[in-house]
Amino acid sequence: MSLLAAGGGEVLSFPILTALVLVPLIGAVATLLTGARRPEVTKLVAVFSSVVTGGMSLWLLASFETGDAGFQFVSKHEWIQSWGIGWHLGVDGISLFLVVLTGVLFPLAIVGCDPHHDEKPYLAWILMLEAGVMGSFLSLDLVLFFLFFEIVLVPMYFLIGRWGYDQRVYAATKFFLYTMIGSALMLVGIVTTALLASDQLGRVSFDLVEIAEGANFAASTGRWLFFAFAIAFAVKVPLFPLHTWLPDAHTQAPTAGSVILAGVLLKLGTYGLVRFGVYLFPEAAVWSREIFLTLAVIGILWGAIAATMQTDLKRLVAYSSVAHLGFIVLGTFAFTTEAISGGVMQMVNHGVSTGALFLLVGMIYERRHTRQIAELKGLQKVAPIFAAAFMVVMLSSIGVPGLNGFVGEFLVLIGSFSTARWWVVIGATGVILAALYLLWAYQRVFHGEPDEANSSFRELRLREGMILLPFIGLIVFCGVYPKPMLDRIEPSAKALLVRVEERAGFSAPDVIHAGDDGSDDHGSGDHGADDSHGEEG
Amino acid sequence: MLDLIWLVPALPLAGFLVNLLFGRLLGEPKSGIVAALAVAGSFAVTAGIFFDLLSRSEHDRSHVDVLFSWMPVGSLKVDLAFLADPLSITMALFVTGIGALIHLYAIGYMHGDPKFSKFFLYLNLFVFSMLMLVLGENLLVTFLGWEGVGTCSYFLISFWHTRESAATAGKKAFVTNRVGDWGVMMAMFLAFGAAGTLSYSGINHAAEEGIISGVTATAIGLMLFIGAAGKSAQLPLYIWLPDAMEGPTPVSALIHAATMVTAGVFLMTRVNPVLEVAYDWAPTLIAIVGVATALFAATIAVAQTDIKKVLAYSTVSQLGFMFLAVGSGAYVAAIFHMVTHAFFKALLFLGSGSVIHGMHHEQDMRKMGALRALMPVTAITFIVGWLAIAGVPPFAGFWSKDEILLFAFAKSPVLYVAGMAAALLTAYYMTRQVIMVFFGEARWNDHSEENGAHGDFKPHESPIVMLIPLVVLAGLSMVGGAMQLPFSKDLHFLEKWLHPVVEFGEADIKGTWAYDNKYVLLGIAIVVALAGIALSVAVYAKKKIAAVEPVLLANGWHYDSTISRFMGGPGRKAFDAVAWADRTIVDGAVNGVGRVVQSAGGTLRRGQTGAVRNYAAFIGVAVVALLVWFFLRGVVL
Repeated sequence: MSLLAAGGGEVLSFPILTALVLVPLIGAVATLLTGARRPEVTKLVAVFSSVVTGGMSLWLLASFETGDAGFQFVSKHEWIQSWGIGWHLGVDGISLFLVVLTGVLFPLAIVGCDPHHDEKPYLAWILMLEAGVMGSFLSLDLVLFFLFFEIVLVPMYFLIGRWGYDQRVYAATKFFLYTMIGSALMLVGIVTTALLASDQLGRVSFDLVEIAEGANFAASTGRWLFFAFAIAFAVKVPLFPLHTWLPDAHTQAPTAGSVILAGVLLKLGTYGLVRFGVYLFPEAAVWSREIFLTLAVIGILWGAIAATMQTDLKRLVAYSSVAHLGFIVLGTFAFTTEAISGGVMQMVNHGVSTGALFLLVGMIYERRHTRQIAELKGLQKVAPIFAAAFMVVMLSSIGVPGLNGFVGEFLVLIGSFSTARWWVVIGATGVILAALYLLWAYQRVFHGEPDEANSSFRELRLREGMILLPFIGLIVFCGVYPKPMLDRIEPSAKALLVRVEERAGFSAPDVIHAGDDGSDDHGSGDHGADDSHGEEG
Repeated sequence: MLDLIWLVPALPLAGFLVNLLFGRLLGEPKSGIVAALAVAGSFAVTAGIFFDLLSRSEHDRSHVDVLFSWMPVGSLKVDLAFLADPLSITMALFVTGIGALIHLYAIGYMHGDPKFSKFFLYLNLFVFSMLMLVLGENLLVTFLGWEGVGTCSYFLISFWHTRESAATAGKKAFVTNRVGDWGVMMAMFLAFGAAGTLSYSGINHAAEEGIISGVTATAIGLMLFIGAAGKSAQLPLYIWLPDAMEGPTPVSALIHAATMVTAGVFLMTRVNPVLEVAYDWAPTLIAIVGVATALFAATIAVAQTDIKKVLAYSTVSQLGFMFLAVGSGAYVAAIFHMVTHAFFKALLFLGSGSVIHGMHHEQDMRKMGALRALMPVTAITFIVGWLAIAGVPPFAGFWSKDEILLFAFAKSPVLYVAGMAAALLTAYYMTRQVIMVFFGEARWNDHSEENGAHGDFKPHESPIVMLIPLVVLAGLSMVGGAMQLPFSKDLHFLEKWLHPVVEFGEADIKGTWAYDNKYVLLGIAIVVALAGIALSVAVYAKKKIAAVEPVLLANGWHYDSTISRFMGGPGRKAFDAVAWADRTIVDGAVNGVGRVVQSAGGTLRRGQTGAVRNYAAFIGVAVVALLVWFFLRGVVL
């Protein structure tokens, strides 16, 4: 079954995906064109364009065909014909919810955070960032993807560098250079991939689907190319030990920057690993899976332990991201339907809960002008509703069942258990550590008797509550009823695994079904994938 | 009636939602009444389901109600579904029944607390979670409840969160339980791998049919036991329960005595076929851990001076008895003791709450004494509870404890002797508590100033809402043993009722020496209980023997403090080392590379002097070097 099966054919009157990229871009330009005397107009334009984008992403969700594994709403136009570069956008179950998350998160971040100065360029950069992120999630052309992937860096650099906190220049530079070095490798990878593929395709093409379907790389070549991509994504995820730019960037970024960085930007890495790593080079992905599984599990523990010892609340949340993203990578390289679906779900869940955590930490900073845990105390007594909101989001991050964080994490772990047993056994201890670092932080910040500086801490305001409400709604809904999400993710995850099985000969052991109709069919339970890492090439 | 099973958890959930939205508006006592009514309604529905099941034939007493598909992906199909069968309904009955009584009690106990409605909000959420736990059709729904009760327990232990010790105790409970939860997760993964499902019927069926191999079953059983040891406070994870007494006393009664802490026993009973096909040493290990915990905690209880701490260690000890039963294959006895324990331990906790209430929040037994005249209802009901836990016939605890020890003897006389020793200690320390609190001389007058009372300090009896639950529970503690009497097969009501659930795993002890001589064992049990009481009376009432309360026991064999020291010392250092390594090694390497590039750039820049002579010289040297290299290469080759 081809991933393209249902793609291409569908022609839509309205190019919704192109619009998803262009509307925020137009919004960015329009924001800049507004007069300096009317800041409220500037804000209105920005909010309007982000809300329109969000609305379109919801419309996309509503009209997405459930059960279809291929790319939908495909928009394909020639662009630079002689080089085989095209404007090729499409969405499938893997990217759908990331697009929706982007669409929903940006307006909330724009409305919910205050830059305090130079609002006009700030809003323009954010909208440009949205266009870049949307483009990255939708691109099905390697060059197009690379362009969007790189564009994202520029607004983020300026957001951190201009609207960040005291160490912002150091953090912004580090963020930019670190990811840039990864991207440079990827550019080499992209060009080489296209050139090598041209032998088999008969022409130079950067089209992802075309290359994936038509080209088959020799094992060693595929592995080199895979690593060129994978390192760029590993930096972005960030995978241990390439993660140290993240705490700096998060801590120094303005609140909206942190929310977006954690919410969607990090997912460019995990999404890239799935879409361009595993999909394009299944053999190499299978071959190197133990490296990634190991780094993922180290990341889970390392991030959690480092988070425990942080004294800065924002840094703590940043390190918790390292741990959470480790789960996603673990799921990706376990190569089972449950694990990959869980990983995709976890990308969204982490975006929601960590995004909300950064918003809350931002609100604390706005009130107290400190992020130091030691300077905060007893906030639950003076602001019980604020504390309750923090509690719900925190429990989601800890992975308490009934809330969204659990679903993704659980599916990743249970799905990975059959193909990556010992990694799961160790990685799952991360859930103990998650409770430790978050509850300890909560105790120090919210429990106890507030001292003088904290006793005037302001309770959650209505506007702030309205911003948090969608987050909490999603946290509860996705935890109680994740089926609509899973139904849409699963076919694409399955199709990807069919490809991995065909190309790399890797398959998860069949599951015995003792509970279903009778007990006799427990036959072929152990033809396993244990060590057959597709080396037959 | 069976189709209404969803109502059982739905009512407390509704109560929670009402209090969430309107709790402050309702205020005291309305929010408490709403919460209590929700749980009482839930009890009524459960009772209806119970009679419905009872009217059916034995193997028709199982009903699954699927609400919706929860996590369907790949080969994993998990429904949000409830299972109504003898085990789950037994659990639901005493959870909702005792829950309703404790809600009622709490209306009186929490009187005047500024967070009155919030307390009932949490309490309803707890009952909802607990019902999800026991009614779950599969491991994952149970796990939802499992973590839910853990979370509520965290909220309620640290309910008075401005107190540092309460906040710390809540966190400790949650994190320690998470260690156990890791085990439950592993068990789920293993079960899913081996049986392809998480539903209890599927897993148990697979075990009975031999689809789950012995080694996998052993692994599943032990992983679940790790979870059970966390939730049910067994060695080595019991440390959170004594600290959990920081919570309000109704919480201690409901969560940390009657219901939540028994979840581990319930879970092991649920999957008894898996334990049955596991290697023999697995249940034996469970029995050993159980009896060791029972004995260990009983020795600590002997030297406690806090009225609630005695009961906390006693709970740990009694839970150990239940695991001794599970490990001995005596699942009916385990559930039997779980139910009777819920009656008398809830009674004892509520009684101690009444004492604390009447003593103006004094918990030190050394400052009590002679309270029986001032708090007659509390005293009488507490004495009933004491006789029940001490194992004096015909009170409830005697029968259930005796049943456990009977099976333990059949498994190994060593287990029996150890269990009997724990029973002796139980009678001893409970008698000590009763004497210190209700008899002897009044010691509270000397301390009236500390207690914040002006002038005449006089303990008083509690209001009627607090006394009604005490009386009801005292009644149940008296007659509770009637559900399973040893004299004749016809009197084994509980066994017959639970039979379809435990028939595969229940040990058959017919023909063993213990079974043939059960009346001898019964006699020994009575003698031991009376001996424990007599000894305690001699020490604490008659003062004929000096009390032995070594500091070692008062401090719980230094177990907890050793762990704390380890966590605060080497544990913390190790964590710090990781944080340090992240800063200096991982990030240091990154910044190091940055610096190298920077300085290399700086050095290279100096080469660009702009003087042609320098360039020429450089080219010249390079040419020579190249020539030398080519020459050497040629020679070598």
